[in-house]
Amino acid sequence: MRWDWVPDYAAALAHGLFITLLVLVVSVFLGFALAVMLALAQVRGGMISSFISKCFCNYIRGTPLLMQLYLLYYGVGSLFPLIPGVREHLQWLVRLDAIYYVLMAFTLSFAGYEGEIMRGAFLAVPRGELEAGEAIGMSGWQILRRIWLPSALYKVLPTLAGEVIGQLKSTPLAFTVPVMDLMGAAHKVMQDKYLIYEPLLLVACIYLVLTWAITSGFSLIERQIPSRRSV
Amino acid sequence: MKNIILTSGLALALGIFQASPSWADLKMGVAAEPYAPFTSKDASGKWVGWEIDFMNALCADIGEKCSVEEVAWDGIIPALQAGKFDAIMSSMSINEERRKVIKFSDMYYNSAPVLVGAKNGDKDFSPEHLKGKIVGVQVSTIHAAYAKKYFEPKGATLKTYETQDQVNADLAAGRLDYTLADGVTLDDFLKSEQGGCCEPKGAVPYDVEIFGVGVGLGLRQADGALQAKFNKGIADLAKAGTFAKITEAWKLTGKLRLPQAN
Repeated sequence: MRWDWVPDYAAALAHGLFITLLVLVVSVFLGFALAVMLALAQVRGGMISSFISKCFCNYIRGTPLLMQLYLLYYGVGSLFPLIPGVREHLQWLVRLDAIYYVLMAFTLSFAGYEGEIMRGAFLAVPRGELEAGEAIGMSGWQILRRIWLPSALYKVLPTLAGEVIGQLKSTPLAFTVPVMDLMGAAHKVMQDKYLIYEPLLLVACIYLVLTWAITSGFSLIERQIPSRRSV
Repeated sequence: MKNIILTSGLALALGIFQASPSWADLKMGVAAEPYAPFTSKDASGKWVGWEIDFMNALCADIGEKCSVEEVAWDGIIPALQAGKFDAIMSSMSINEERRKVIKFSDMYYNSAPVLVGAKNGDKDFSPEHLKGKIVGVQVSTIHAAYAKKYFEPKGATLKTYETQDQVNADLAAGRLDYTLADGVTLDDFLKSEQGGCCEPKGAVPYDVEIFGVGVGLGLRQADGALQAKFNKGIADLAKAGTFAKITEAWKLTGKLRLPQAN
């Protein structure tokens, strides 16, 4: 075991960790917001919005994230410059850093999975609760914010914890387009120093700590839930 | 009954084992990503290329059976050390940094690293001129090391990719200003439709400490006997004019420096 490389690569690893966390946090929050809309479109939306939402979720869940990322980065991303004028006048768009494509792909992926889960959760909230809201004169928005969404959220919290952990473990895909996440930093050590196990062991520990942080965070939230879970 | 099925199944399995052709004596580790014209796969999935022809000639000369073992480029040295195959044959340049961890055979070809950029007539490629420009390189190559040593300190941004194909795609898409890579493989890219975007700017000044003395077979430190065997084979092929023949077959005459008979 050789660990003398750690000081030299501490900065690279710290930056990689930052990128990993950035991808995780942004994609989970934005993705979840999008997921709620996707789920609502399916349970309350009209035929067309429900159909579009269904198609989107099926596409996301039916194709590998790696492929979605490639389609965005090497597909859509390299089509921009083919539009006349873009290469000359919209340099920033052509030069858009790969991290934005990663954030986009990961957000859409999380939204697709959670959209399906939230759909089920919305449907699982007893009709009576919603009717009670209507009966006391709440608007549709109020019912959603005060009854439907919280009630659905409580139901999916344990699932959600697992999904966030899954999302964390997908982040190394960012390295397949040139984004140096935590795994990318470990790769760099492997390539520069021809070491395999040491950098992998180190990042494995970091991922474990992150996973532990996510599960503790979720159990903390679960304990805050006012109502008892009905089994 | 169950026992009969089990025993006959076992016998069948053993039979298959015995009937299968004997394992190739030597396994050559080749990076799985295409590296035309040296190593790439044809439409049927068969490995072809200058290096594959070289391998066949070399192995015939030293009387060994060789087979190709695919491996990811960025893990190729650890895989060699872990004994997944016996030699790296993947256009790996012999340089000091790698010599610290593995042994090399004699050089079997060498070619010049070339800087390629957008077709705009701007042929200046001094490190100073690359200030503020984005240079794409394949990870853990001599080209990445060179760009890090000469271009980055002068203000160029480096982007590292897993494969040269990805670098080329981003160069064509206008996301990169330049790439530094092997001149021969870039030739292939420049001839393609995608490569129409770009032109060679020129061969960068040779730094022997980084670029080394050419491409050799990578071997485990302990495999001295294999090294001697390969070196004799390379000398034999040079004497027999095989290198020139293979190079001509791949239309690379004049583009590669080859081992000379002495």
